[in-house]
Amino acid sequence: MPFKDKLFRLAKRLLTSTEEAEDALQEVLLKLWVNKGKITAYRSVEAFAVTTTRNYCLDRLRSKQASNLKLAHSNYTDEASSLQRQVEARDSVSLMHKIMQGLPEQQKMVLQLRDVEQYEFEEIGDMLEMNPASVRVALSRARKAVREELIKKHNYGVG
Amino acid sequence: MELDNIERYLEKYFEGSSSIAEEKALQDYFAGAEEHIAPHLREYAPVFRYFSRSRDETSTREIRIGTGRRKKHVYGWLSAAAVVAIAAGIWFSGYTSRDKEAEARLAYEETVQALYMIGENLNKGTARMEYLEEFDQTKKRILPERELQ
Repeated sequence: MPFKDKLFRLAKRLLTSTEEAEDALQEVLLKLWVNKGKITAYRSVEAFAVTTTRNYCLDRLRSKQASNLKLAHSNYTDEASSLQRQVEARDSVSLMHKIMQGLPEQQKMVLQLRDVEQYEFEEIGDMLEMNPASVRVALSRARKAVREELIKKHNYGVG
Repeated sequence: MELDNIERYLEKYFEGSSSIAEEKALQDYFAGAEEHIAPHLREYAPVFRYFSRSRDETSTREIRIGTGRRKKHVYGWLSAAAVVAIAAGIWFSGYTSRDKEAEARLAYEETVQALYMIGENLNKGTARMEYLEEFDQTKKRILPERELQ
């Protein structure tokens, strides 16, 4: 499946841990397989797959929140260690990773689908069940939020 | 000239109005060596680097959907077996119920027969009772006084 990794990356963006994302991918692909008769009726198989992944991950997050379980992410580092923080602040990529993790789900998804996967607004609209204009608005808001956080952290690191 | 473009794309980027091609140009620009990036734009480099790097991540776990196909095959055989089993079940249950019905009918007829026999005997009994009554009446006629005592 050519877009398998895109689904994986979206799942990981939302669920944070690689393990969880792989579980999600497996579930989603199984669902797609089971519904393969229905898929052909969809405008785009890829859009359907992304929508399925999004729904699965959001359900997962909701049920986790409900049962008050914390996400078991392996790549989360406690902010208590100031040395760790300094090292990470120097590594701008992991700083970006942290900023992304702090964003609301909607913003994570639009950034993932546009800036990472480079889908057109119409496609993202299909995937997230929004109209292209609101995709654009959400995207602009998300990008500005990232910029703001980056400037904030940058100033903090320097000062 | 190129810097002008980059600044313009960057502005559009934050408004959400840049095209995919413009965004690719931004990612290419910021992927270059630090010294080629204009100093006042360097703070944006992590954003574009992070997104291009994110694109390379792949799932490492092998996912086999092929098992689904095999399962489906098994289902096919299972359903065929189930159909045979159900058909056999219906056949035999129909057979036994017909058998039972005949048995019940036989039992019913036997019972009816038996009841008739009892009835006949009872009637014979009452016929004998008539004699008894006759005897009683004659006895009364012959011995009325004694009876009164």
